[in-house]
Amino acid sequence: MNRNKDLKNYKHDLNYLNHSSSGRLRSNTGYVFTYIILIIQSLVIIYPIFLTITTSLKTNRQIFKNPFGMPTDFNLGNYIKLFEKANYVKYFLNSLIVSVSAILIILIVSSLASYALSKYKFFGNKFLSLYFLAGLMIPIRLGTINIMQIFQTMHLYNNLLSLIIIYSAMGIPAGILIFSGFMKEIPDELNDSGRVDGCSEFGIFRKIIVPLLGPAIVVVAVYNLIPIWNDFWFPMVLINNENLMTVPLATAKLFGQYETDYGIIFALLTSAAVPPMVLFITLSKYFVKGLTAGAVKG
Amino acid sequence: MNLSKIEKNSFKKFRWYILWFLLPALIIYTVFMILPLFNSMRMSFYTGPGIVPKEFIGFGNYIKLFTQFPFNIRLSNALLNNIKLFIMVMFFQNLIGFFFAILITRKIKGTKFFRTLFFIPTALSVIVVGFIFSLILNPVWGIFDRLLEFIGFGAYITPWLGNPKTALVAIALVVAWHNIGIPVVFFTAAIDGISEDVLEAARIDGVSLSGEVRHIIFPLLKPTIGIVSILTFVGNFSEFEIVYSMTGISGSPEFATDIFGSLFYRTTFGTTMNVVSDVGLGAAIATIMFMIILIGVLFFLRIFKREV
Repeated sequence: MNRNKDLKNYKHDLNYLNHSSSGRLRSNTGYVFTYIILIIQSLVIIYPIFLTITTSLKTNRQIFKNPFGMPTDFNLGNYIKLFEKANYVKYFLNSLIVSVSAILIILIVSSLASYALSKYKFFGNKFLSLYFLAGLMIPIRLGTINIMQIFQTMHLYNNLLSLIIIYSAMGIPAGILIFSGFMKEIPDELNDSGRVDGCSEFGIFRKIIVPLLGPAIVVVAVYNLIPIWNDFWFPMVLINNENLMTVPLATAKLFGQYETDYGIIFALLTSAAVPPMVLFITLSKYFVKGLTAGAVKG
Repeated sequence: MNLSKIEKNSFKKFRWYILWFLLPALIIYTVFMILPLFNSMRMSFYTGPGIVPKEFIGFGNYIKLFTQFPFNIRLSNALLNNIKLFIMVMFFQNLIGFFFAILITRKIKGTKFFRTLFFIPTALSVIVVGFIFSLILNPVWGIFDRLLEFIGFGAYITPWLGNPKTALVAIALVVAWHNIGIPVVFFTAAIDGISEDVLEAARIDGVSLSGEVRHIIFPLLKPTIGIVSILTFVGNFSEFEIVYSMTGISGSPEFATDIFGSLFYRTTFGTTMNVVSDVGLGAAIATIMFMIILIGVLFFLRIFKREV
């Protein structure tokens, strides 16, 4: 008897499970409707980018005669013109130097600081953490005037080093937020075992903590890379030399210069847009982790 | 428990190594981010030519900004435009992003795909986005206008970025296109974090989807809504690049797209035309921007504080 009842219950559960596995969707119409909306929005997102890329492969004649059509032949003429007329490789290298250097500095100094903030109890710890986190809410460009004055006195105006320093300062708050959150999860017993083995405090950090930081390092690097690579404001106010322009600054300069030559303009915009996009698509997982690091903690 | 640990340790001798760990980050962050902010504010009390204004004038720059023509008009105009931009972006980007997040987190295939896709524009530089849309919207190439003609709305065509009535709306829509991935990512992460039990219980009780959104998802998402609002607020009140790349630093047409960022830039660095640079006055504008951002952040922190 009892057994029968159990079986019945079980069947009910099974039924219920099956039913609920269709989840938050209650009907087929809802299902279709959801997809239609999401697909329309996807088109809204993708089409302008698609249009930019395809237009860059057309001749100026085609661009105006047939703006919606696909390029008839794979025409790289605009790119050849762009790379001939402007030192685009140079701009790309400048952006690369600045981004990579700044990210290395951010990784080193913010992992060190996070270690102190998350593993030691000391007077002022809480205040310092808040002091660093405040930087997440402050747009650093509000200090532009004094930043210019500082670099002028340091003779670093028109020097990529100025950008590297500013981006390092800009990335430290997020770096500390992400690293501290990660380090708090590492059990204290590991540090203590290092101490028992006679490691110095820095030795513990280098030999025990750093090897565990892999995923956090990727998140910090990717999260900072996109805003640094894309920044236009600081190159605009700190760099005034053709040879030192980064990609966004060069894009703006060349956009003004070739305003009427649509082919070159679209090749220019595509060249600026594609590298960060490809990078983002391959590394989006880490970027999203960095972005929501603060939100999860509340 | 933690407290006793702190108390016990703080009586130990000073541990220098802690300082060495902190110092590099502390110096870079303080010298190049925090101090410049306050030193720039200090500059707002000075006037004079060049990049370092030397003559102290107290609140002179502020008095000029608030009472003298055309500064007072420009300032209130920028404030108004920034508020309009913020409200429009909250609607186009965050409210719509919230609904997309709800759609994406329903159990459908391709959730991950849509999440990544919606975020792609955010990986692009603001100025690249601005330039692309200035070309799409301009009447010379007219791709957007042709699209409107095609679907039968040709009568509404106007020079979108040249018409004071439509320029700021167009900019807000482009900002939303660029950043819609941010609310989508935040809200999907938060909705995913809601315990399945809670939602399941609601479903068993026969709560409709709209009820679920209103009574369960929305209240639990309040802290996330707060964070997204703060990010949007700070972003909009320090925005510059989108205006620079779509309508230029003069906030044309007729200052309809002039916001704090462009006003600050013009005042501080001057323009090629005839506005001379005035670093002291620019510093005063930056200070006002900082105060507005501070007030905004505190306001949103207060109203969206986690209720537990």
